[in-house]
Amino acid sequence: MENPSNNSKVTRRRFMRDSVRSVLALGIGAVSGLLIGRSTKQNIVWQLDPEKCVQCGRCATDCVLDESAVKCVHAYDVCGYCELCGGYSKPDAHELDTAAENQLCPTGAIQRSFIEDPYFEYTINEKLCIGCAKCVKGCGSFGNGSLYLQVRHDRCVNCNDCAIARNCPGEAFSRMPSDRPYLLKGEQGLT
Amino acid sequence: MKKLNINTSRAGLFLILFIVILMIGSSAFTQNRFPKPEFESDYQQSQTTTPDPQAQIYEVMDLFVLFLMLVLATYFAHRKRSRHALFILAIVSVIYFGFWRKGCVCSVGSLQNITLALFDKSFMIPVVVVLFFALPLIFTLFFGRTFCASVCPLGTVQELVLIRPMTLPKWLSRILGLFPYLYLGLTLLFAATGAAFLICRFDPFVAFFRMNGSLDMLILGAFFLVTSTVIGRPYCRFVCPYGVLLGWMSSLSRTHVTITPDECIKCRLCENACPYDAIQKPVPEQNPENRKTGLRRLKMLLLIAPLVILTLGWTFSRLHPLLSRVHYTVRLADQIQREDSGQTDLTTLESQGFRSSGTPTKVLYDEALRIQKQFNIGGWILGGFMGLVIIWQLVGVSIIRHRKDYEIDRFSCVSCARCFNYCPREKNKKKTKVNE
Ligand code: SF4
Ligand code: SF4
Ligand code: SF4
Ligand code: SF4
Repeated sequence: MENPSNNSKVTRRRFMRDSVRSVLALGIGAVSGLLIGRSTKQNIVWQLDPEKCVQCGRCATDCVLDESAVKCVHAYDVCGYCELCGGYSKPDAHELDTAAENQLCPTGAIQRSFIEDPYFEYTINEKLCIGCAKCVKGCGSFGNGSLYLQVRHDRCVNCNDCAIARNCPGEAFSRMPSDRPYLLKGEQGLT
Repeated sequence: MKKLNINTSRAGLFLILFIVILMIGSSAFTQNRFPKPEFESDYQQSQTTTPDPQAQIYEVMDLFVLFLMLVLATYFAHRKRSRHALFILAIVSVIYFGFWRKGCVCSVGSLQNITLALFDKSFMIPVVVVLFFALPLIFTLFFGRTFCASVCPLGTVQELVLIRPMTLPKWLSRILGLFPYLYLGLTLLFAATGAAFLICRFDPFVAFFRMNGSLDMLILGAFFLVTSTVIGRPYCRFVCPYGVLLGWMSSLSRTHVTITPDECIKCRLCENACPYDAIQKPVPEQNPENRKTGLRRLKMLLLIAPLVILTLGWTFSRLHPLLSRVHYTVRLADQIQREDSGQTDLTTLESQGFRSSGTPTKVLYDEALRIQKQFNIGGWILGGFMGLVIIWQLVGVSIIRHRKDYEIDRFSCVSCARCFNYCPREKNKKKTKVNE
């Protein structure tokens, strides 16, 4: 069995494999090196641009989490503190009071508190907010647009491929470095 | 009574205000319609809270754990030859990478980040993701697929639930085994064009790890979980695109686990030990007659190879209008075009969103055309690749190579160590060790 020609065949095959392996190892090394060269040390997180959001409501339904990672936030310095709040009350509300049937928010997540006549402060109760963007639409259409959506990073599990981003009709989602994880409105957004 | 009146009239005013604003044309952009008031009371303005994303340290820890587990898996498979240890390590992987870290990003999925980053310079890729991609490949290049044995969270889930392995007919597993190549090609095409992350979209177990997810993901997960109890690693063998790369690396690996610790005595005890069809039976030396037919078949195959490659390339490139629809921009351009030409009266949220953004349609159309062109070229490459794969598989079938012993097929072996204990030489060795 062990004739010389067989032996040289085996060595030849081993040599081939060794060379291909080295080429592959170099290839993997080169690709990784190239990408590490232009990579970020930061982790990457998802965020939505409120200026691009068209308030479609998919943020509430398309997140992989049962309770969406997207919630409404409030830019206090953009708000007009109006009593007639397009984000708070339904357009056809009979009364501008705090009764649930007159509130635009389906879960009553917007809390309003009196400051001084005639001004009110609006605060989002994040536990209740489902990120449906109804108030965002109301506020943007009739008010200052101080209510808007953001991916909340205490909730988001940072999917490699965000399920909302896939379906966002405003193409509002993008990947952000984790040291700038929010796209805020108002003064907070400028810093 | 009076108060109510005021309120109703106020509500009326509110309504009129709404209508007026509606008529002016409303937009959702930030507008200072009502400037922030000067408060007389000592009201303190609140701040929008910004909870931090998960600390960087976790990513570094993931990388460390990945490396450590690769080393351990390799040690357990090669040195200890211990199925027991590998099994425990697999449980650790499912708990750590799966349930605790929630399955993102995994090495399998990182393939897409790598591809997109290569094609799109503006795509940001963290160092951690690059290493998640490269480390298992390098390890496999040296030691075989020990990553698959006990480190990959997708693989280990299937490993753990495999109760009663059933062997599929050879022809069936051969045909199903072609799918990973197609899936790999499609994944690369969609990732390179930025159309979709296919692996993530159809991730089998991420919904299971999170105990949460859309209905189709949960159904997919349940399907693979149930199938895995009777068919060994269906995702690994018939779907996983990263597995194809690992298989290639493993075929060329420097060392690889072997069934027997020293020599094969051809007792046939291990013949049915592998649930993943990775054990190859000995093949007797062929008589010259058989060899000649084999050689003739090989020549034929090499002759028709260019034809197969070109035909498949052409076919896939013809599919580019269909394939490119996976890309959001192409779908949107199509919808806008149909709206503008009066083919449809129905607008979609996407088209409304596009129109409110004020981008000229020409820009959109140009972009869509550019993407379709990419898909056309990509289709040629994908089809050609599939042609190569098919020819290669047929060549593999027609070359009958003499094999003395029971041997492991390095491409499909995941180094799970199941077969080791079937080998009487292994028991023999353990016994002598105890006696020493
Ligand atoms: S999916 Fe996009 S457009 Fe719809 S609410 Fe969310 S961010 Fe806004
Ligand atoms: S209306 Fe929707 S987005 Fe706004 S606070 Fe309520 S639940 Fe959140
Ligand atoms: S990345 Fe995942 S968890 Fe976060 S918002 Fe998107 S779908 Fe939800
Ligand atoms: S074949 Fe793919 S899914 Fe299976 S263990 Fe290997 S990398 Fe993971």
